[in-house]
Amino acid sequence: MAKLESTLQNMILSLVIICVVAAGALAGVYILTKANIEAQETAKKQAAILAVLPEGCEVADAEEVAGLKVYKAYQGGEWVATAVETSEVGFDGHQVIMVGFDAEGKVINYEVLKQTETPGLGAHIDHWFKDQKGNQSIIGRKAGALSVRQDSGDVDAITAATISSRAFLKAINKAYAAYKGGDVEAQTGASQLNKAEEAEGEEANVEPTNEEEGAL
Amino acid sequence: MNNAMKTLTNGILKENPTFVLVLGMCPTLATTTSAVNGMAMGLATMFVLICSNIVISLLKNVIPDKVRIPAFIVVIATFVTIVQLVMQAYLPGIYDVLGLFIPLIVVNCIVLGRAEAFAAKNSVGLSALDGIGMGLGFTMALTLLGAVRELLGTGACFGFQIFPDNYGALLFVLAPGAFIALAYLMVIINKIQNK
Repeated sequence: MAKLESTLQNMILSLVIICVVAAGALAGVYILTKANIEAQETAKKQAAILAVLPEGCEVADAEEVAGLKVYKAYQGGEWVATAVETSEVGFDGHQVIMVGFDAEGKVINYEVLKQTETPGLGAHIDHWFKDQKGNQSIIGRKAGALSVRQDSGDVDAITAATISSRAFLKAINKAYAAYKGGDVEAQTGASQLNKAEEAEGEEANVEPTNEEEGAL
Repeated sequence: MNNAMKTLTNGILKENPTFVLVLGMCPTLATTTSAVNGMAMGLATMFVLICSNIVISLLKNVIPDKVRIPAFIVVIATFVTIVQLVMQAYLPGIYDVLGLFIPLIVVNCIVLGRAEAFAAKNSVGLSALDGIGMGLGFTMALTLLGAVRELLGTGACFGFQIFPDNYGALLFVLAPGAFIALAYLMVIINKIQNK
């Protein structure tokens, strides 16, 4: 069979046919693997919920608070902590994070469920804010008004990945708002730079606590 | 038969994609933090290479010359996406580590390079053999590099602790270690080949 000439008609026809066949093949594989991928994601989410809550908790079914999924955890019938699934647009796509708060609203732990940040830079969000080094850990801190040093906050951002760090803290703050049962829009609407506006809200008593912790 | 043997072994040593052609450095350097990661990335690339080589060789006469690059890329991207979906569904552990790099196989020079330089000019059988050879060469190179980095960095090899973690030089697991290890491996391979 002779090679097809590069006429406009031939070029369009061959490319269109290749694309259609490729799209069909992909659709088939997508349908075949969809159920399995979803099962994997659910398992991962369950593991993440348990990881961010104190041990030996009973986790209630998800509740929707202001668009976020909230999982309340009980110990002996008493509410002890809450896990919140939150997300925010990072430097490159969405970051999806599971974060646990104790009864006082302090961060117990977090797990990154999904992120597509730059490997080696922004991708460090999965452990950076847990490492007890300098002022980068958010474990044990009260959320709500966390922000990076560049935005006159007191959390050390990931080196060379301020945008990813900013998005991460925003997601945590959003989760805290949902944990409080508050209106997420009102919380995220207040920019992290706009401290005055935030201070009017329920964060008024949070701010000094953070500074105290920073000083220690 | 002789020709087939030559095609198959070509990619493994004489034209090893990593150590001799130095193609596809992005996944090579980024994913070889351990032997298992390197091997998984190599195998994923090998699968894409073999499939794309076969399909492109089959289609070489119906793809007009002027649109061959977009046509090749569509074929390669399709296989990469299939690998990604299958890996996500059945190998979540490895997908978590390699997930970000799998889409990069599309732009891995070695895949397009073989499509353009070999599959578009040769028969289906030879193209498949070329894909296997190149894929094996790439997998071996990545596994070797991963093993060296894992051993020097963490004292383990394929997850088995050989000497205590404390004595490992973390540098080798980080990016600079990738360059250093790759350079020394190239020196050794060139030395052996030039004998």
